[in-house]
Amino acid sequence: MNVIELSNVSKTFTLHNQGAAVIPVMSDVTLSVVPGECVGLLGASGAGKSTLMRMIWGNYLAASGRITVAGTDVARAEPREILALRRERMAYVSQFLRVVPRVPTIEVVAEPILLTGTPEDQARDRAAALLARLRIPERLWQLSPTTFSGGEQQRVNIARGFIRQVPVMLLDEPTASLDAANRETVLSLIEEAKARGTAIVGIFHDEAARDRVCDRMIDMARFAA
Amino acid sequence: MNPLFSVRGLEKRYGARIGCTGIGFDLWPGEVMGIVGESGSGKSTLLSCLAGHLPPDRGEVIYDGRDVLAMSEPERRMLARTDWAFVHQNPRDGLRMAVSAGGNVGERLMAVGARHYGDIRDTATDWLGRVEIASDRIDDRPSAFSGGMQQRLQIARNLVTGPRLVFMDEPTGGLDVSVQARLLDLLRGLVRRMGLSAIIVTHDLAVVRLLADRLMVMKGGECVETGLTDQVLDDPQHAYTQLLVSSVLQV
Repeated sequence: MNVIELSNVSKTFTLHNQGAAVIPVMSDVTLSVVPGECVGLLGASGAGKSTLMRMIWGNYLAASGRITVAGTDVARAEPREILALRRERMAYVSQFLRVVPRVPTIEVVAEPILLTGTPEDQARDRAAALLARLRIPERLWQLSPTTFSGGEQQRVNIARGFIRQVPVMLLDEPTASLDAANRETVLSLIEEAKARGTAIVGIFHDEAARDRVCDRMIDMARFAA
Repeated sequence: MNPLFSVRGLEKRYGARIGCTGIGFDLWPGEVMGIVGESGSGKSTLLSCLAGHLPPDRGEVIYDGRDVLAMSEPERRMLARTDWAFVHQNPRDGLRMAVSAGGNVGERLMAVGARHYGDIRDTATDWLGRVEIASDRIDDRPSAFSGGMQQRLQIARNLVTGPRLVFMDEPTGGLDVSVQARLLDLLRGLVRRMGLSAIIVTHDLAVVRLLADRLMVMKGGECVETGLTDQVLDDPQHAYTQLLVSSVLQV
């Protein structure tokens, strides 16, 4: 039973204001992921790894094909269906943290479970546990993460991504700027998610991490347009 | 579940000139829709037609199964006082400047039948707290408030009666950037806790990125693109949306 299924997906960008240039990014992407499986995307910079993840997330529109994620056809769904999918069944750890400037870190991390109706005190407890596990010092929890270092922001993003148990996760270089101890924590979080049956698509430049958590690698060159 | 608010084929003309035309959408309970476009694109005209401030020339506006355009004036006014709220860009247009802050909030409650003075004052105090106005300012007039405080007071006045649909016209428009972030955070929290549906007109793409679930992009009175907010902003399909997104100055 595939949780993520892409068939004949293609993507082009048309830049209307730059001479209507059409940039084909990928074509005929066919990919399926089963529960508990982690698939790593390989390819040079510009090969479309992040673009493919963003299409699964519903952030980029597919030019053609089907993208079914935990029962929702992302390529055709209404905005509210994609929002429901993101709220209840899918998490995305991107490389960038995008937050309202003055919101405290602990609330940034707790937000995904507040949106699904978890009571505020429970949500904060769960957020605190994850922040502690990811070694974000407690004195920073009440501060906005906008002024944190790159590695701290990444760990806040990871905590926010892993606070829920969802059937689908997308991970964009989750170990990129982490020290050895935190890298180990993140890899354990990934292994725990897999053991619970989460289907994962990720980009890992860290080869040792890739060997440890990925069951399969897909080379984007196969889908070159 | 049914849409809370449905619009079909809405058109408003000013003589031969088009205000807005061919507008249609369904807004679902708890959904926040942003309407973006440059000045003169028809977004404020559209908002006025939606909120019943301006009669459209053509089209349907259905709220919770009721035909809004077919309502009598008293019915529409009752709706505007109870289920609906309208947050103006300039707080002076939405507040009574000669009445105290507490009075501005309490007045809305009295308009829907509240009569017990103590209860009204308690609710007003509670709402001033929710919009981060200190309770010792309850007897001050809004003219003694900063622009950001006035805007927060206008929001309290609008939300105190527990509306289900809120129209907002450039709610962060005239405010300092530092005050904007605070107001956005406040609005986000209120929308989530109260399960509000909202339609927000703005030309500020950062505002819709943070507040809106979905977007409608307008140009020349027509809707040129709609979709999930982050999809429209990150992968715009229409030439005008691409221009709009690429024109934002990076800090």
